[in-house]
Amino acid sequence: MLKYILKKLLIMVLTLWIIITLTFVLMVSVPGSPFNSEGNSNEIVQQNLEKHYNLDKPLHVQYFLYLKSVATLDFGPSIKQPNQTVNDLLGRGFPISAELGLVTIIVAVLSGIILGILAALRHNGVIDYLAMGIAVLGISIPNFILATLLIQKLAVDWEFFPVATWKSPMHMVLPVLALATGPMAIIARLTRSTMLEVLTQDYIKMARAKGLTPWKIIVKHALRNALMPVITIMGTLLAGIMTGSFVIEQIFAIPGMGKYFVESINHRDFPVIMGTTVFYSAFLIVMLFLVDIAYGILDPRIKVTKKEGE
Amino acid sequence: MKPNQNPQNYNRNNVPDEWFTWRKKNIKEQELVARPSLSYWKDAWRRLRKNFLAMSGLVFLILLVLMAIFGPILSPYDANTQVLSKQYQPPSAEHWFGTDNAGRDVFTRTWYGARISLFVGFMAALIDVTIGIIWGGISGYKGGRTDNVMMRIIEILYGIPYLLVVILLLVVLGPSLSTIIIALTVTGWVGMARIVRGQVMQIKNYEYVLASKSFGTKTPRIIRRGLLPNTMGPIIVQMTLTVPSAIFAEAFLSFIGLGISSPNASWGVMANDSLGAILSGNWWTLFFPAFFISFTMFAFNVLGDGLQDALDPKLRK
Repeated sequence: MLKYILKKLLIMVLTLWIIITLTFVLMVSVPGSPFNSEGNSNEIVQQNLEKHYNLDKPLHVQYFLYLKSVATLDFGPSIKQPNQTVNDLLGRGFPISAELGLVTIIVAVLSGIILGILAALRHNGVIDYLAMGIAVLGISIPNFILATLLIQKLAVDWEFFPVATWKSPMHMVLPVLALATGPMAIIARLTRSTMLEVLTQDYIKMARAKGLTPWKIIVKHALRNALMPVITIMGTLLAGIMTGSFVIEQIFAIPGMGKYFVESINHRDFPVIMGTTVFYSAFLIVMLFLVDIAYGILDPRIKVTKKEGE
Repeated sequence: MKPNQNPQNYNRNNVPDEWFTWRKKNIKEQELVARPSLSYWKDAWRRLRKNFLAMSGLVFLILLVLMAIFGPILSPYDANTQVLSKQYQPPSAEHWFGTDNAGRDVFTRTWYGARISLFVGFMAALIDVTIGIIWGGISGYKGGRTDNVMMRIIEILYGIPYLLVVILLLVVLGPSLSTIIIALTVTGWVGMARIVRGQVMQIKNYEYVLASKSFGTKTPRIIRRGLLPNTMGPIIVQMTLTVPSAIFAEAFLSFIGLGISSPNASWGVMANDSLGAILSGNWWTLFFPAFFISFTMFAFNVLGDGLQDALDPKLRK
């Protein structure tokens, strides 16, 4: 087990290093300096600015400075927003994005699993078709379109919910709904198909023969095994939700990380781009790592020291 | 004179030849199998045809491709010509899908958008398949150290969030169709490579591969002729998933302003352009691009599901 964790840890660090380097290489090869757009025609001002942000040093020095700052978790000042460090922006944006993401995941996982179980229990019945219909629709409709439809109907026409920003739980409903539908649909389909498989197993028959109530059979015996594939795809779903939150944050004017990221790209604010990229990737990679470990612990059938690539 | 009618008295020699007729003209024809033998593909097609939902998806996609090719030609309007006197016309006989905020014909723009979406989708899938097959094929067939190194590389690439690569590349190379395709395939081929590798590892141990090896067949030929045809099923299913996710990614990027930019038509651009419009009741500007994005994804999804069932010989009834 320890060997497995160490190996995954090594891969994780390597991936992170590649992302940091990649981001750096791409950033220095971007045409256009961040100071051009404002019309700073004064060359001395420009040189001083570049000196202040270390942009005048040779590339390898910049690279090592950057690695050092990442290692110490200090991403430096923002170029476009004076008196703000990247850490400030992250500190303000991340809690909001994390809140949105967390609520979304909880909603998606719970409703997805419930929908999947209902569908499996009424296999080929009305509920099954209904649930799978919802699931296919949920996968097919892009979240940004769902978001616009929700705003149009529930916020503008019927005025049930506020249109935008991030203040009260009521403000959360629409963004979470828009963001959770896709993952929910995927989880529902996965849960249904594994549940159907599990329900035909002998040990379920055995449990039934013992006279257990259907409720107990599902919760204690079937669900446990049916949930393993859901855990496997959690990493991918998480990445999807975080990606989706970029556009959802834009549409609903939520001041989260996605907003700062898109803004920094439009402004060519290098420290912010690099900072958010690295932070975002690091977060995601650590999550993937945790999912891997959790999977290894939860499923006793998986020998974590198995030969790679089975 | 009649031959002896009593069967017991038959003698081979006194049975006249006229008693026998060829049921078919000759031996060759007789030995033909009455029903055509079902190849793997024919069998899969036979089963796919029975799946109503998957077939509807297929028909929709074929129609969409036809309209993407011929739609802009059929329409009398140009996709990007702005007629400011005709802003926000509701759907009518003149403008079937209405007009948008700049008086452009939504019908024409929708099919231009279809061209871009389908092009991005199919190109991304094609590149993914090519790289995936080569990488996965070599990795799975060689095994051992080569496989180990190649899989580590995949594992690292897999950890890189694709959207970040896409956005960073778009910032560096500038938004264009080819940038989007490159950006989508840089990390996109990993999934395909994994699938091909898994299949190849399984199939390479079969006897017919051993037989082929013992004849002295060269490795590339074994991979090409012996292994790949048998991995086609999962590859095609994976492709039906790659295409819609690429279409989605293009729409998504164009929507947040990083992909194709207005005035060029793409479904994502059209949806973004009409964001303000629906609030004032001009629903059709959003409805048509939204409908076609969603329905295309839906069609690929149900077709993929159907193909998965049809191409899996284990599910044969």
